[in-house]
Amino acid sequence: VRTSRQASYSEAHLQFYNDPMREAPATPRETRLANGLTVIVQEVHTAPLASVWCWYKVGSKDERPGMTGVSHWVEHMNFKGTTNIPRDQVRGIIERFGGSWNGYTWIDQTTYFETATRDALDRMLFIEAERMANCLYHPDDCESERTVIISELQGGENDPDQLLDQELTATAFKAHTYRHPTIGWLSDLRTMSRDDLYGYYRRYYVPNNATLVIVGDVNADDAVKHAEEQFGRIQPGADVTRIRTLEPEQTGERRVVLRREGTAAYWKAAFHAPAAAEKGFMPLIVLDAVLTGAKGLNLWSSFRVPPPQRRARLYRALVERGLASSVSGSILPTEQPFLYTVSATATDGISLAAVEAALIEQLDQVARTGITADELTRAKAQLRARLVFENDSVTNIAHQLGYFATIAAPDVFRNAPERIAAVSLDEVAAVAKDVLRPSNRTIGWFDPVEIAAIAPVADGRGAGSGPQ
Amino acid sequence: MTVVPSVRSGLSPSRVVLDNGAVVLAKETTTTPAVSISLAVRAGSAHDPRDAEGTTWLLSRVIDRGTEGRSADQIAEELDSRGITLSISVTRHLVSIACTCLAEDFDPVFTLLGDILMRPSLPDAELATRKGEVITAIRQDEDNPAVQAHETLMSRLYRDGHPYGRRAKGTPAIVERLSRSDLLRQHALRFGPAELIAVVVGDVAAAHAQEAAARVFRPWRRTESVPLVLPPVRPAVTRDRIVIPMMNKAQADIAYGFTAVTRHDPDYYAFWLMNNAFGQYAIGGRLGDNIREKQGMAYYVSSSLDANVAEGPLAIRAGVSPANVDRAIAAIDEEINRLVRDGLTQKELDESKQFLIGSMPRALETNLGIASFLQNEEFFGLGLDYDLELPGKLDSVTLDAANAAARRALDVDRATVVVAGPYTER
Repeated sequence: VRTSRQASYSEAHLQFYNDPMREAPATPRETRLANGLTVIVQEVHTAPLASVWCWYKVGSKDERPGMTGVSHWVEHMNFKGTTNIPRDQVRGIIERFGGSWNGYTWIDQTTYFETATRDALDRMLFIEAERMANCLYHPDDCESERTVIISELQGGENDPDQLLDQELTATAFKAHTYRHPTIGWLSDLRTMSRDDLYGYYRRYYVPNNATLVIVGDVNADDAVKHAEEQFGRIQPGADVTRIRTLEPEQTGERRVVLRREGTAAYWKAAFHAPAAAEKGFMPLIVLDAVLTGAKGLNLWSSFRVPPPQRRARLYRALVERGLASSVSGSILPTEQPFLYTVSATATDGISLAAVEAALIEQLDQVARTGITADELTRAKAQLRARLVFENDSVTNIAHQLGYFATIAAPDVFRNAPERIAAVSLDEVAAVAKDVLRPSNRTIGWFDPVEIAAIAPVADGRGAGSGPQ
Repeated sequence: MTVVPSVRSGLSPSRVVLDNGAVVLAKETTTTPAVSISLAVRAGSAHDPRDAEGTTWLLSRVIDRGTEGRSADQIAEELDSRGITLSISVTRHLVSIACTCLAEDFDPVFTLLGDILMRPSLPDAELATRKGEVITAIRQDEDNPAVQAHETLMSRLYRDGHPYGRRAKGTPAIVERLSRSDLLRQHALRFGPAELIAVVVGDVAAAHAQEAAARVFRPWRRTESVPLVLPPVRPAVTRDRIVIPMMNKAQADIAYGFTAVTRHDPDYYAFWLMNNAFGQYAIGGRLGDNIREKQGMAYYVSSSLDANVAEGPLAIRAGVSPANVDRAIAAIDEEINRLVRDGLTQKELDESKQFLIGSMPRALETNLGIASFLQNEEFFGLGLDYDLELPGKLDSVTLDAANAAARRALDVDRATVVVAGPYTER
């Protein structure tokens, strides 16, 4: 049965698939198993591959004080063997099918995937069912992973841009749990116990808190049947209780200034912004395209390709005038209102004050007068192309279906091309005026101080033969 | 063991060589209504003038900012109105201009890319702005332990001005000094049709792509370019250890390596499989198993083999807490000694074969993946049926050959070890 929702999805894509000889993409099939697991299957027959993703509605926003970083640590633990996949057989379990696998944790979600040849479908479903129900959490593994994660945290701190981003987010939010980094605070990583990890795993890794996505060279009926075989026996868990705190409206500009040793100066501003399903989200996507170039909607792939931005307002005002070596904007689809962030790296020799003056002038101006019709046309053309580019593999297609099902609803993604095409000048002006208010912003500086010189040492014998 | 090749019947790209020597490869796919274009020229940073490392890098930053017939603004409008980002990359041997566009935009976009490649005007104002960007990027690299460790490793492995040991971005002083005429000279010297490999993959008929390429590139006049002569690579004879203290950092980066093999070495496939088992398979092969999984010392550890025109490096990289630097280096030493002494097991070799052969459908799923494969195939002269031959080449590597590769490449007494981060020699 085709619902109106399905029809609109197909039509939205038909504008891209206007070759009558070409098969239109199959409509994703959505099912819910008796234990509450949502299963989404889409047939894509362009390569002999299948991608399986299992999504959990748990991320760092679900963490309470003392437990920050637990979602991500749990993700790491869920690669360390299960009742039916002994620890020493994890290695190679999907590689023997030529497959790749990975997982990630962010503020709203935790997800795991395998992409491999289609004959590995059952194996992939088995791995994900085991991960949901039977992970081991051996105390020795928990301990050795503690230091791996602390190493991951320290690696992130090596990057001044990332450090500033973390401080900025923690300043922009004073109440909502979006404030702490997904990696967690160091003291929590040092003190959390195996039982903390395991308890968290048992609470959130239940079928009624998960979405399974299968995309690729499969038969949809068949795939659902296999999913049922692997997951059907897993008992549902108690409904998950969520932290209820919402961020109160920001009432004045906030500022954080890091003065640390470094070689480059970084500027950021974060503005509280609409969630993915809210009315202002797609107009803000368009506004960001005008300011810094369109990125598309795929957290997994699209943001890794720099946006087309040579005509973008902030690029012209900052980079083309030599004030910044780069400028970027970031508005990501989230479940609850998160942040629109603008970032710039000052050109060597340019002060952060000069960068800030130029950026604020631009942001204030667009908040006052909105964007032009030409800009709207260009932004929509860019977004239309980016949505095509980010659909280039079964892995990316599966990511998008699962991501939006987890943080909003599948509709939000299905309707995105239509919704973007319908964004009006007035909607963009309204969201610019609302989001870019001075009282809604937090400004961050990484203002480098000179590094105390210590000469490189070669062979322990003296200086002078290092990198120069 | 016998591995059945993937179900693909082969990429079978169309290949045309124009009269002026330009090579054009085209492959039609219909996965998405998009096309990936990659124009690579044998003009990489190895061709930098001896006293001006960074010339090619700076040229690559300004080459797309104006042509004889198009202003920077016009180019910006042509790209941005179609949602296109140009990726311009510089490797030791190649400068590549690449992008993905909608199929409906293919003709004008291909024309634009050809214009950028053949007739850049390098306006002075653009050059000044791009210099600021490059110098800022160099300053950022100076504060990045991973970059410092790797660049230092390369400079120690490839000494005496070998191009592989030089910094692609150059130094701020060199970048400041480079003029428009320096860059135009470099362009005239190295950018010519005989150096071009053009690849088009996507929703455009191969014949149409070939017509477009002929239209755009046929008028490009052939120039004589001086062949690149690389000095011989001399393997290290002693162990070398360099520490770059960066006390403002939280984590130390280790780069540990050797000069290895050329891409044309008869044992290349044995090296590839050996390196996969040693430092890549699953999470970082044997290295990852020991240093990350068993000892919990590092978030990342792996080894990479960059077999190239000359003997490229086999480089091991890890990020560890400063307290664990010595333990991590000792663990790398131990894994090397164990591999050289005992070799891989047949099971390890088979697993790596299965993985590398089995991952080909994934590698060749997207337009970008196919374009990259075809670029590599043409650059190294591997033949148009290389995608069909590769599984057999991997499958025929014996355990003895893989273990011989380990003995040839790895020796803790000849290792170059660089540490950059919050760490000093005691």
